[in-house]
Amino acid sequence: MTTTEQEATSSQTPEIGKARRRKEDQRLITGRTRYTDNLSVSGMLHLGMVRSPVAHARITAVDASAAKTSPGVVAVLTGADLAGKQGSLPNAWPITADQKAPNHPAVAVDHVAFAGEVVAVVVARSAREARDAIELVDVDYEELPVVLDLATAAAGPPYAHPELSTNVSATWVYDSRQAGTGTDVDEEIAKAREDGVVIERTYRQQRLIPAFMEPRSVLVDPTGEQLTVWSATQVPHFVRIFLALVLGIPESKIRVIAPDVGGGFGGKLQFTPEEVLTVLAAQHTGKPCKYTETRSESLVSGHHGRDQLQRLTLAATKDGTVTGLKVDLLANMGAYLGLVTSGVPVLGAFMYNSIYKFAGYRFTDTNVFTNTTWTDAYRGAGRPEATFAIERLMDDLAAELGRDPIELREQNWIKHEEFPFTTVAGMTYDSGNYEAATSRAKELFGYDELRAEQRHRRESGDPIQLGIGVSTFTEMCGLAPSRVLGALNYVGGGWEHASVRVLPTGKVEVVTGTSSHGQGHETAWSQIVADRLGVPFEDVEVLHGDTAISPRGLDTYGSRSLVVGGMAVVKAADKVIEKARAVAAHLLEASADDLEFTGGRFTVKGTDKGMALAETAFAAFQGHNLPDNFEPCIDADATFDPVDFSFPHGTHIAAMEVDTETGAVKLRKYVCVDDIGNVVNPLIVEGQVHGGLAQGIAQALFEEAVYDENGTLVSGSFVDYLVPSAADLPSFITDRTVSASTTNDLGVKGVGEAGTIASTPAIVNGVIDAIRHLGVQDVVMPCAPQTVWRALRAASTKGGTA
Amino acid sequence: MTRINVTVDGVAYTDEVENRTLLVQYLREQVGKTGTVIGCDTTNCGACTVHLDGRSVKSCTMLAVQADGHEVTTIEGLAQDGVLHPMQAAFHECHALQCGFCTPGMIMSSIDLLNDNPNPTETEIRHGLEGNLCRCTGYQNIVKAVQHVAGGSAPARAAAATGASS
Repeated sequence: MTTTEQEATSSQTPEIGKARRRKEDQRLITGRTRYTDNLSVSGMLHLGMVRSPVAHARITAVDASAAKTSPGVVAVLTGADLAGKQGSLPNAWPITADQKAPNHPAVAVDHVAFAGEVVAVVVARSAREARDAIELVDVDYEELPVVLDLATAAAGPPYAHPELSTNVSATWVYDSRQAGTGTDVDEEIAKAREDGVVIERTYRQQRLIPAFMEPRSVLVDPTGEQLTVWSATQVPHFVRIFLALVLGIPESKIRVIAPDVGGGFGGKLQFTPEEVLTVLAAQHTGKPCKYTETRSESLVSGHHGRDQLQRLTLAATKDGTVTGLKVDLLANMGAYLGLVTSGVPVLGAFMYNSIYKFAGYRFTDTNVFTNTTWTDAYRGAGRPEATFAIERLMDDLAAELGRDPIELREQNWIKHEEFPFTTVAGMTYDSGNYEAATSRAKELFGYDELRAEQRHRRESGDPIQLGIGVSTFTEMCGLAPSRVLGALNYVGGGWEHASVRVLPTGKVEVVTGTSSHGQGHETAWSQIVADRLGVPFEDVEVLHGDTAISPRGLDTYGSRSLVVGGMAVVKAADKVIEKARAVAAHLLEASADDLEFTGGRFTVKGTDKGMALAETAFAAFQGHNLPDNFEPCIDADATFDPVDFSFPHGTHIAAMEVDTETGAVKLRKYVCVDDIGNVVNPLIVEGQVHGGLAQGIAQALFEEAVYDENGTLVSGSFVDYLVPSAADLPSFITDRTVSASTTNDLGVKGVGEAGTIASTPAIVNGVIDAIRHLGVQDVVMPCAPQTVWRALRAASTKGGTA
Repeated sequence: MTRINVTVDGVAYTDEVENRTLLVQYLREQVGKTGTVIGCDTTNCGACTVHLDGRSVKSCTMLAVQADGHEVTTIEGLAQDGVLHPMQAAFHECHALQCGFCTPGMIMSSIDLLNDNPNPTETEIRHGLEGNLCRCTGYQNIVKAVQHVAGGSAPARAAAATGASS
């Protein structure tokens, strides 16, 4: 038998690529869950937050005397009580050296800057008693002028924070000529004005709310040597570090646990006022304290997303070759800078040019304060905005030139043989095949047939018009190479950590620094390690989300977990194999170089002598007979810092029906072909795509956080904030092409945000494509029936020349 | 305080409750059935759905005292002798959950939906689950799970290229 044949017979079917059903499911489908609000600790007290009903005011008095005598109330803590202890909530991404930011107290002391800000904390024996007493805290507000609108705020006064004397936090610029990555965009635009095409548009990214299903909750136990914090967070490691930095508690005295976490979508990528206040209340009372927000509180005080005004200029030649792109952005920070509030628009800076070969590019972002809930990461964070802008512009350019929108895109996109390709924004795209994804998407969609139906409906004057919306997107995944983050002034790194332990009994424990909250890391990481170590999938246990178990990590967001965290797992597993190899070589009396490792066994080349990985683990556990000076352990840690991002892409096509009489919009068919590189678990990938699509479609059609003129959030419950239900969405048709990433050994790219990034422009392009011939050039999001109807009416009033 | 007699997941309880106590609060805080979760305060999300005498109710939308003399089944009472209810098994098989927070309510509603209509169309499933919000899955695999339980022919319709009609 040859060596090759031995390998073939001993290898298992690879786990990577299998549609494994999830390990996580058992507890979740039987109700044996450990969401933070499900947890109790003996003697636990409950918090209620008194929140400002006004958007901007000076606090002139807080009278808590009635609340303090309310049944069950243990304490009421006001800003005055905590002013000396609470520090200021951090912003981890000062995008410029001169970025302006107000002090960010967990509980307001003398000034509130948005409606919903905490002004006092009630601590009581039950959550109900805490809530009863909230009503009894009497706060005097001296109202100040409110600034809400982005353009008004940018011009200011009035100011969201009078002490800053401006609403502009920072201005950040990327210029391809200055960066040496392209030409001068103004010259490209000037040329196009002379002898080409210039498309100028202003698009609005409405304000959204992440609306994770599990309201945030935090439980703090101050008894014992360490402060133990359970929190419904995506980022337990961040919470630990910032509790130490902000409150001056030694980091080693803090343990943060993210137990079962019910969704995040960026909304739980935060260090929250409520986390700080629950710690302070626990310290104050010496008792375990829990705070769980209501949905209304979540919507008004959990950070929001998007909310940008995009002023765009695209230059092209008459034959449709794009030459220049200028982006001038106003980004609404809300009232404060949270963890990465200021950096979200900057994440888009490298994506506006998307898959197209622009010569010149300039991106200018102006971050602006208003008296609204602060914004921060929400699924896609900067990239959906960029993708929306460029994909809308490409459709508008196609319409201007009378070209098919896909054909025009193809004329301008990077061809598959041109990878790796360095873009005008300075990014090097690793791999891709836009032609293949687009061709497959057109085929699944029935593109030509639906174009024919569209023509027929137009010609017959059908009241139901059909539109076809295209989005050929790319995104950057795998936050992030630490050096890149450093260059962008982000305070942290982008590496990820993992440990792999082979227990004496042969079972394997994997510790990951990523923090799953629905993504299925327990399953996917098991598949990776099963393949790497040649052990059964069932024998791998994945541990995460507890700083005492997983001491190093940078958590889960930005489609980074597999690309960065999964790679750390691979590196740790490889180290385990090398350590075990030394043990096996010693015990088999062979040279380590003569050992082959396949299917979980070391074998001496050319012999039938061998030893299982588990046997080396047991030998290390015993320590009786190991190589000289060998540390009796084959376990290993690894920290992986990616060298570059990965760039998934895909082609999404939507068929939209618009009722021209009522403005009603129906998503009739949605096809997407995504290329996310290699796939560990296709079932999980499909799920991520479906959920991502739903959120992106929801931005296009349903969701908007709306404030009235006083700064009161009127979409402050699920009655008014329209998270789509099953009845609002169709089944999607999904497929994949595979261009393996070249920036990591797994060849993977990241999928968590793809659907959200790609789908919004596909839907809106489809809506406009249905009614463009009636004179409609833009419909602002969400494309609700009344909005569409008004756009149609405005166009018809202008005689179809709008 | 009012005394109530309620059977929860097959066990009879006699408890004193405040009149204002919601059924979900009673289940979570007094009976310890934390498998039933609270996702909103306006009866929109359905995460807290349980069965009352076999019919689905949002347990945030009735008072504990209204459950007096009734039988409540929660997500924790579905599996019998360690064997999952077919709907639980189907949610696992079809990857109909991600973070799992909406899952208890979604499973309880799905069971009730099939009790009413054993062989629903995709549209009927989607409308039948309108009162339960999920933020992770885009509902596609939830629909598939319900079809999986309902019978063999329905899943083929899910894959049909026309998507949902409404």
